Amino acid sequence: MTIVLEARDVHYSFGRTPALRGADLRLAEGEILAVMGPSGSGKSTLLHCLAGILVPGSGEIHFDGRRIDRLGETGRSALRRDRFGFVFQFGQLVPELSAEENVALPLLLSGVRRSKAAAEARLWLARLGLDGLERRTSGELSGGQAQRVALARGLVARPRVLFADEPTGALDSLTGEQVMDLLVGTAREEGTAVVLVTHEPRVAAYADREVVVRDGKVLALTAEPVS
Amino acid sequence: MTVPLTLLGLLEREPSHGYDLKRDYDAFFGRDKPLSFGQVYSTLSRLARDGKVVISDPEAGAGPDRKRYVITDSGATEVDTWLTQPVAPEPHLQTVLFAKVTLSLLLDRPAEQYLDTQRAAHMQRMRELTTVKRTGSLVDSLLADHALFHIEADLRWIDLTAARLDALAQEVRR
Repeated sequence: MTIVLEARDVHYSFGRTPALRGADLRLAEGEILAVMGPSGSGKSTLLHCLAGILVPGSGEIHFDGRRIDRLGETGRSALRRDRFGFVFQFGQLVPELSAEENVALPLLLSGVRRSKAAAEARLWLARLGLDGLERRTSGELSGGQAQRVALARGLVARPRVLFADEPTGALDSLTGEQVMDLLVGTAREEGTAVVLVTHEPRVAAYADREVVVRDGKVLALTAEPVS
Repeated sequence: MTVPLTLLGLLEREPSHGYDLKRDYDAFFGRDKPLSFGQVYSTLSRLARDGKVVISDPEAGAGPDRKRYVITDSGATEVDTWLTQPVAPEPHLQTVLFAKVTLSLLLDRPAEQYLDTQRAAHMQRMRELTTVKRTGSLVDSLLADHALFHIEADLRWIDLTAARLDALAQEVRR
Protein backbone atom coordinates (compact mmCIF):
# COMPACT_ATOMS: atom_id res chain seq x y z
CA MET A 1 0.00 0.00 0.00
CA THR A 2 1.32 3.45 -0.90
CA ILE A 3 1.88 5.92 1.92
CA VAL A 4 0.63 9.33 0.85
CA LEU A 5 1.39 11.35 3.98
CA GLU A 6 3.82 10.74 6.82
CA ALA A 7 4.97 12.55 9.95
CA ARG A 8 8.32 11.52 11.43
CA ASP A 9 9.29 12.56 14.96
CA VAL A 10 7.46 15.87 14.67
CA HIS A 11 7.85 18.44 17.44
CA TYR A 12 5.95 21.70 17.67
CA SER A 13 5.68 24.24 20.48
CA PHE A 14 3.53 27.29 21.06
CA GLY A 15 6.11 29.55 22.64
CA ARG A 16 7.51 27.47 25.49
CA THR A 17 4.54 25.14 25.63
CA PRO A 18 5.16 21.91 23.70
CA ALA A 19 2.14 20.63 21.73
CA LEU A 20 3.79 17.80 19.77
CA ARG A 21 6.71 15.81 21.23
CA GLY A 22 7.84 13.35 18.63
CA ALA A 23 4.65 12.56 16.71
CA ASP A 24 4.79 9.79 14.10
CA LEU A 25 1.94 9.01 11.72
CA ARG A 26 1.42 7.32 8.36
CA LEU A 27 -1.57 7.70 6.08
CA ALA A 28 -2.11 5.27 3.21
CA GLU A 29 -3.55 6.23 -0.15
CA GLY A 30 -7.35 6.43 0.08
CA GLU A 31 -7.31 5.65 3.81
CA ILE A 32 -9.69 7.34 6.22
CA LEU A 33 -7.86 7.88 9.49
CA ALA A 34 -9.41 9.27 12.66
CA VAL A 35 -7.14 11.28 14.96
CA MET A 36 -8.60 11.24 18.45
CA GLY A 37 -7.60 12.62 21.80
CA PRO A 38 -8.78 14.91 24.57
CA SER A 39 -8.85 18.69 24.25
CA GLY A 40 -5.36 20.14 24.23
CA SER A 41 -3.69 16.82 23.36
CA GLY A 42 -2.21 18.24 20.16
CA LYS A 43 -4.45 16.61 17.55
CA SER A 44 -5.35 19.84 15.72
CA THR A 45 -1.70 20.94 15.84
CA LEU A 46 -0.77 17.62 14.24
CA LEU A 47 -3.35 18.20 11.49
CA HIS A 48 -1.99 21.69 10.86
CA CYS A 49 1.58 20.35 10.60
CA LEU A 50 0.50 17.53 8.25
CA ALA A 51 -1.39 20.02 6.07
CA GLY A 52 1.49 22.47 5.78
CA ILE A 53 -0.33 25.16 7.74
CA LEU A 54 2.25 25.02 10.54
CA VAL A 55 5.92 24.21 10.11
CA PRO A 56 7.25 21.77 12.73
CA GLY A 57 10.04 22.92 15.02
CA SER A 58 11.79 19.66 14.20
CA GLY A 59 10.96 16.40 12.46
CA GLU A 60 9.79 15.71 8.93
CA ILE A 61 6.53 15.75 6.98
CA HIS A 62 6.47 13.78 3.73
CA PHE A 63 3.72 14.04 1.10
CA ASP A 64 3.89 11.66 -1.85
CA GLY A 65 7.49 10.94 -0.94
CA ARG A 66 8.50 14.60 -0.89
CA ARG A 67 9.46 16.56 2.22
CA ILE A 68 7.01 19.43 2.59
CA ASP A 69 8.23 20.85 5.89
CA ARG A 70 11.17 22.37 4.00
CA LEU A 71 8.94 24.20 1.51
CA GLY A 72 8.49 27.94 1.85
CA GLU A 73 5.12 29.56 2.40
CA THR A 74 4.50 29.84 -1.36
CA GLY A 75 5.17 26.15 -1.95
CA ARG A 76 3.04 25.07 1.00
CA SER A 77 0.26 27.41 -0.07
CA ALA A 78 0.24 25.87 -3.56
CA LEU A 79 0.16 22.41 -2.01
CA ARG A 80 -2.80 23.31 0.19
CA ARG A 81 -4.62 24.80 -2.79
CA ASP A 82 -3.94 22.03 -5.32
CA ARG A 83 -3.48 18.78 -3.41
CA PHE A 84 -5.26 19.19 -0.09
CA GLY A 85 -8.88 19.89 0.83
CA PHE A 86 -10.19 21.21 4.14
CA VAL A 87 -13.38 21.00 6.16
CA PHE A 88 -13.50 22.70 9.55
CA GLN A 89 -16.03 22.97 12.33
CA PHE A 90 -17.13 26.58 12.00
CA GLY A 91 -17.41 29.51 9.67
CA GLN A 92 -15.41 28.30 6.74
CA LEU A 93 -17.74 29.63 4.04
CA VAL A 94 -17.19 33.13 2.70
CA PRO A 95 -20.41 34.82 3.86
CA GLU A 96 -20.67 37.25 0.93
CA LEU A 97 -20.49 34.47 -1.67
CA SER A 98 -23.23 32.07 -2.77
CA ALA A 99 -22.94 28.32 -2.20
CA GLU A 100 -21.92 27.88 -5.84
CA GLU A 101 -19.26 30.61 -5.64
CA ASN A 102 -17.89 29.15 -2.41
CA VAL A 103 -17.50 25.72 -3.99
CA ALA A 104 -15.99 27.18 -7.18
CA LEU A 105 -13.41 29.16 -5.20
CA PRO A 106 -10.60 26.55 -5.03
CA LEU A 107 -10.87 25.98 -8.79
CA LEU A 108 -10.78 29.72 -9.55
CA LEU A 109 -7.70 30.10 -7.35
CA SER A 110 -6.06 27.30 -9.35
CA GLY A 111 -6.72 29.17 -12.60
CA VAL A 112 -9.74 27.25 -13.87
CA ARG A 113 -12.04 29.33 -16.13
CA ARG A 114 -15.01 30.86 -14.32
CA SER A 115 -17.70 29.09 -16.38
CA LYS A 116 -16.01 25.71 -15.99
CA ALA A 117 -15.48 26.23 -12.25
CA ALA A 118 -19.16 27.19 -11.81
CA ALA A 119 -20.32 24.13 -13.75
CA GLU A 120 -18.10 21.87 -11.66
CA ALA A 121 -19.38 23.51 -8.47
CA ARG A 122 -22.99 22.87 -9.51
CA LEU A 123 -22.19 19.21 -10.14
CA TRP A 124 -20.70 18.87 -6.66
CA LEU A 125 -23.61 20.64 -5.00
CA ALA A 126 -26.01 18.26 -6.76
CA ARG A 127 -23.88 15.30 -5.73
CA LEU A 128 -24.22 16.33 -2.10
CA GLY A 129 -27.98 16.81 -2.38
CA LEU A 130 -27.89 20.61 -2.53
CA ASP A 131 -29.37 21.30 -5.96
CA GLY A 132 -31.65 24.33 -5.85
CA LEU A 133 -29.52 26.02 -3.17
CA GLU A 134 -26.74 27.25 -5.47
CA ARG A 135 -27.59 30.96 -5.05
CA ARG A 136 -27.96 30.94 -1.29
CA THR A 137 -25.34 32.52 0.95
CA SER A 138 -24.16 30.80 4.13
CA GLY A 139 -26.63 32.85 6.21
CA GLU A 140 -29.47 31.34 4.20
CA LEU A 141 -28.37 27.75 4.76
CA SER A 142 -28.93 25.42 7.72
CA GLY A 143 -25.87 24.18 9.62
CA GLY A 144 -25.98 20.82 7.86
CA GLN A 145 -26.40 22.41 4.42
CA ALA A 146 -23.51 24.82 5.07
CA GLN A 147 -21.29 21.92 6.12
CA ARG A 148 -22.19 20.01 2.94
CA VAL A 149 -21.25 23.09 0.91
CA ALA A 150 -17.95 23.16 2.80
CA LEU A 151 -17.47 19.48 2.00
CA ALA A 152 -18.15 20.13 -1.70
CA ARG A 153 -15.59 22.93 -1.59
CA GLY A 154 -13.08 20.66 0.13
CA LEU A 155 -13.41 18.00 -2.56
CA VAL A 156 -14.07 20.02 -5.73
CA ALA A 157 -10.39 20.22 -6.69
CA ARG A 158 -10.13 16.43 -6.25
CA PRO A 159 -7.45 16.59 -3.53
CA ARG A 160 -5.19 13.70 -2.59
CA VAL A 161 -5.90 14.33 1.09
CA LEU A 162 -8.92 15.88 2.79
CA PHE A 163 -8.30 17.33 6.26
CA ALA A 164 -11.44 17.44 8.39
CA ASP A 165 -11.19 19.04 11.85
CA GLU A 166 -14.26 18.24 13.98
CA PRO A 167 -16.47 18.43 10.87
CA THR A 168 -19.64 17.58 12.79
CA GLY A 169 -18.79 19.44 15.99
CA ALA A 170 -21.44 22.13 15.45
CA LEU A 171 -24.20 19.80 14.19
CA ASP A 172 -26.87 17.72 15.92
CA SER A 173 -26.45 13.92 15.87
CA LEU A 174 -28.65 13.15 12.87
CA THR A 175 -27.28 15.99 10.70
CA GLY A 176 -23.77 15.05 11.75
CA GLU A 177 -24.34 11.49 10.60
CA GLN A 178 -25.64 12.68 7.24
CA VAL A 179 -22.52 14.82 6.78
CA MET A 180 -20.24 11.92 7.78
CA ASP A 181 -22.07 9.56 5.41
CA LEU A 182 -21.48 12.00 2.55
CA LEU A 183 -17.89 12.75 3.59
CA VAL A 184 -16.90 9.09 3.77
CA GLY A 185 -18.95 8.07 0.72
CA THR A 186 -17.58 10.76 -1.59
CA ALA A 187 -14.00 10.42 -0.32
CA ARG A 188 -14.13 6.68 -1.06
CA GLU A 189 -15.59 7.26 -4.52
CA GLU A 190 -12.85 9.79 -5.28
CA GLY A 191 -10.05 7.74 -3.68
CA THR A 192 -9.24 10.70 -1.44
CA ALA A 193 -7.42 9.96 1.81
CA VAL A 194 -8.92 11.66 4.87
CA VAL A 195 -7.38 12.86 8.14
CA LEU A 196 -10.38 13.19 10.42
CA VAL A 197 -9.72 14.96 13.72
CA THR A 198 -12.47 14.31 16.25
CA HIS A 199 -13.02 13.67 19.93
CA GLU A 200 -16.29 11.85 19.23
CA PRO A 201 -16.05 8.03 18.99
CA ARG A 202 -19.22 7.87 16.86
CA VAL A 203 -17.57 10.11 14.26
CA ALA A 204 -14.24 8.26 14.47
CA ALA A 205 -16.09 5.00 13.82
CA TYR A 206 -16.61 6.10 10.20
CA ALA A 207 -12.83 5.84 9.66
CA ASP A 208 -10.81 2.76 8.68
CA ARG A 209 -8.73 3.04 11.86
CA GLU A 210 -7.93 5.53 14.56
CA VAL A 211 -4.89 6.88 16.36
CA VAL A 212 -4.90 8.65 19.70
CA VAL A 213 -2.80 11.76 20.38
CA ARG A 214 -1.68 11.75 23.98
CA ASP A 215 0.84 14.14 25.49
CA GLY A 216 1.92 15.24 22.02
CA LYS A 217 2.66 11.72 20.77
CA VAL A 218 0.64 9.47 18.48
CA LEU A 219 -0.50 6.08 19.71
CA ALA A 220 -1.57 3.69 16.97
CA LEU A 221 -3.88 1.24 18.74
CA THR A 222 -4.82 -0.65 15.60
CA ALA A 223 -2.53 -2.01 12.90
CA GLU A 224 -0.95 0.56 10.58
CA PRO A 225 -1.26 0.15 6.81
CA VAL A 226 1.35 -2.15 5.30
CA SER A 227 3.66 -0.26 2.94
CA MET B 1 -35.45 -9.25 25.27
CA THR B 2 -38.48 -10.64 27.04
CA VAL B 3 -39.66 -13.33 24.67
CA PRO B 4 -43.11 -14.12 26.17
CA LEU B 5 -44.16 -10.48 26.34
CA THR B 6 -42.88 -9.77 22.86
CA LEU B 7 -44.78 -12.72 21.41
CA LEU B 8 -47.87 -11.54 23.27
CA GLY B 9 -47.38 -8.08 21.79
CA LEU B 10 -47.15 -9.53 18.29
CA LEU B 11 -50.38 -11.43 18.94
CA GLU B 12 -52.14 -8.23 19.90
CA ARG B 13 -51.94 -7.10 16.28
CA GLU B 14 -53.91 -10.14 15.14
CA PRO B 15 -54.25 -13.83 15.94
CA SER B 16 -51.38 -15.76 14.45
CA HIS B 17 -49.76 -19.15 13.91
CA GLY B 18 -46.53 -20.18 15.62
CA TYR B 19 -44.63 -20.14 12.35
CA ASP B 20 -45.69 -16.56 11.53
CA LEU B 21 -44.88 -15.42 15.06
CA LYS B 22 -41.36 -16.80 14.80
CA ARG B 23 -40.87 -15.12 11.42
CA ASP B 24 -42.00 -11.71 12.73
CA TYR B 25 -40.02 -12.04 15.95
CA ASP B 26 -36.82 -12.91 14.08
CA ALA B 27 -37.32 -10.05 11.60
CA PHE B 28 -37.59 -7.37 14.28
CA PHE B 29 -36.08 -8.66 17.48
CA GLY B 30 -34.06 -11.80 16.81
CA ARG B 31 -31.49 -10.69 14.27
CA ASP B 32 -28.58 -11.77 16.42
CA LYS B 33 -30.43 -14.63 18.06
CA PRO B 34 -33.41 -16.11 16.20
CA LEU B 35 -35.94 -18.11 18.20
CA SER B 36 -36.06 -21.86 17.80
CA PHE B 37 -39.44 -23.36 16.95
CA GLY B 38 -39.23 -25.30 20.22
CA GLN B 39 -38.87 -22.06 22.15
CA VAL B 40 -41.83 -20.50 20.31
CA TYR B 41 -44.19 -23.39 21.00
CA SER B 42 -43.08 -23.92 24.60
CA THR B 43 -43.58 -20.20 25.28
CA LEU B 44 -47.02 -20.25 23.64
CA SER B 45 -47.97 -23.29 25.73
CA ARG B 46 -47.02 -21.47 28.93
CA LEU B 47 -48.94 -18.39 27.84
CA ALA B 48 -51.98 -20.59 27.17
CA ARG B 49 -51.60 -22.30 30.55
CA ASP B 50 -51.50 -18.87 32.26
CA GLY B 51 -54.58 -17.66 30.40
CA LYS B 52 -52.77 -15.03 28.31
CA VAL B 53 -53.63 -16.68 24.99
CA VAL B 54 -56.17 -19.22 23.80
CA ILE B 55 -55.92 -21.58 20.89
CA SER B 56 -58.67 -21.04 18.36
CA ASP B 57 -60.28 -23.89 16.47
CA PRO B 58 -57.90 -25.42 13.91
CA GLU B 59 -58.56 -24.30 10.37
CA ALA B 60 -60.23 -26.81 8.09
CA GLY B 61 -57.72 -28.96 6.24
CA ALA B 62 -54.86 -27.47 8.22
CA GLY B 63 -51.82 -29.53 9.14
CA PRO B 64 -50.34 -30.00 12.61
CA ASP B 65 -48.84 -26.49 12.64
CA ARG B 66 -52.07 -24.68 11.96
CA LYS B 67 -53.06 -23.85 15.53
CA ARG B 68 -53.99 -20.21 15.72
CA TYR B 69 -53.18 -18.31 18.90
CA VAL B 70 -55.42 -15.48 20.10
CA ILE B 71 -54.52 -13.03 22.89
CA THR B 72 -56.95 -12.86 25.85
CA ASP B 73 -58.01 -9.72 27.77
CA SER B 74 -55.60 -10.71 30.52
CA GLY B 75 -52.79 -11.02 27.97
CA ALA B 76 -53.63 -7.65 26.42
CA THR B 77 -53.57 -6.01 29.87
CA GLU B 78 -50.15 -7.49 30.53
CA VAL B 79 -48.80 -6.14 27.22
CA ASP B 80 -50.29 -2.72 27.95
CA THR B 81 -48.67 -2.61 31.39
CA TRP B 82 -45.32 -3.73 30.00
CA LEU B 83 -45.31 -1.17 27.20
CA THR B 84 -46.22 1.76 29.41
CA GLN B 85 -43.88 1.07 32.34
CA PRO B 86 -40.30 2.37 32.17
CA VAL B 87 -37.44 -0.08 32.32
CA ALA B 88 -35.35 0.35 35.48
CA PRO B 89 -32.11 2.09 34.53
CA GLU B 90 -29.36 -0.36 35.39
CA PRO B 91 -26.52 1.26 37.29
CA HIS B 92 -23.85 -1.29 36.27
CA LEU B 93 -21.81 -0.16 39.23
CA GLN B 94 -19.60 -3.24 39.27
CA THR B 95 -18.64 -3.72 35.67
CA VAL B 96 -16.06 -6.09 34.30
CA LEU B 97 -14.14 -3.07 33.03
CA PHE B 98 -14.01 -1.57 36.51
CA ALA B 99 -12.90 -4.89 38.02
CA LYS B 100 -10.10 -5.29 35.48
CA VAL B 101 -8.76 -1.78 36.00
CA THR B 102 -8.90 -1.97 39.78
CA LEU B 103 -7.29 -5.41 39.91
CA SER B 104 -4.57 -4.30 37.50
CA LEU B 105 -3.73 -1.41 39.82
CA LEU B 106 -3.81 -3.62 42.91
CA LEU B 107 -1.45 -6.08 41.19
CA ASP B 108 0.85 -3.37 39.82
CA ARG B 109 -0.02 -4.35 36.28
CA PRO B 110 -0.25 -1.86 33.38
CA ALA B 111 -3.83 -0.63 33.73
CA GLU B 112 -3.38 2.07 31.10
CA GLN B 113 -2.29 -0.53 28.56
CA TYR B 114 -5.41 -2.56 29.34
CA LEU B 115 -7.60 0.53 28.85
CA ASP B 116 -5.93 1.22 25.49
CA THR B 117 -6.53 -2.37 24.37
CA GLN B 118 -10.14 -2.15 25.49
CA ARG B 119 -10.56 1.18 23.70
CA ALA B 120 -9.27 -0.37 20.45
CA ALA B 121 -11.72 -3.30 20.81
CA HIS B 122 -14.61 -0.90 21.45
CA MET B 123 -13.67 1.23 18.44
CA GLN B 124 -13.45 -1.87 16.23
CA ARG B 125 -16.99 -2.86 17.24
CA MET B 126 -18.18 0.70 16.63
CA ARG B 127 -16.71 0.58 13.10
CA GLU B 128 -18.57 -2.68 12.42
CA LEU B 129 -21.84 -1.23 13.72
CA THR B 130 -21.33 1.96 11.70
CA THR B 131 -21.01 -0.16 8.56
CA VAL B 132 -24.29 -1.88 9.49
CA LYS B 133 -25.87 1.57 9.90
CA ARG B 134 -24.63 2.77 6.53
CA THR B 135 -25.64 -0.30 4.58
CA GLY B 136 -28.62 -1.81 6.43
CA SER B 137 -32.32 -1.07 6.74
CA LEU B 138 -33.76 1.49 9.17
CA VAL B 139 -34.45 -1.33 11.65
CA ASP B 140 -30.80 -2.45 11.42
CA SER B 141 -29.71 1.15 11.79
CA LEU B 142 -31.76 1.77 14.95
CA LEU B 143 -30.49 -1.45 16.54
CA ALA B 144 -26.92 -0.48 15.66
CA ASP B 145 -27.51 3.00 17.11
CA HIS B 146 -28.59 1.55 20.43
CA ALA B 147 -25.44 -0.54 20.62
CA LEU B 148 -23.27 2.39 19.47
CA PHE B 149 -24.55 4.70 22.21
CA HIS B 150 -23.87 2.08 24.87
CA ILE B 151 -20.37 1.39 23.59
CA GLU B 152 -19.75 5.12 23.42
CA ALA B 153 -20.76 5.43 27.07
CA ASP B 154 -18.15 2.77 27.92
CA LEU B 155 -15.56 4.69 25.92
CA ARG B 156 -16.29 7.89 27.82
CA TRP B 157 -15.80 5.97 31.04
CA ILE B 158 -12.52 4.54 29.69
CA ASP B 159 -11.28 8.05 28.83
CA LEU B 160 -12.24 9.44 32.21
CA THR B 161 -10.68 6.50 34.05
CA ALA B 162 -7.47 6.77 32.00
CA ALA B 163 -7.24 10.43 33.01
CA ARG B 164 -7.70 9.51 36.69
CA LEU B 165 -5.56 6.38 36.86
CA ASP B 166 -2.89 7.88 39.14
CA ALA B 167 -5.47 9.04 41.66
CA LEU B 168 -7.30 5.71 41.48
CA ALA B 169 -4.05 3.83 42.01
CA GLN B 170 -3.35 5.83 45.17
CA GLU B 171 -6.84 5.15 46.50
CA VAL B 172 -6.93 1.40 45.88
CA ARG B 173 -3.39 0.82 47.17
CA ARG B 174 -4.02 2.59 50.43
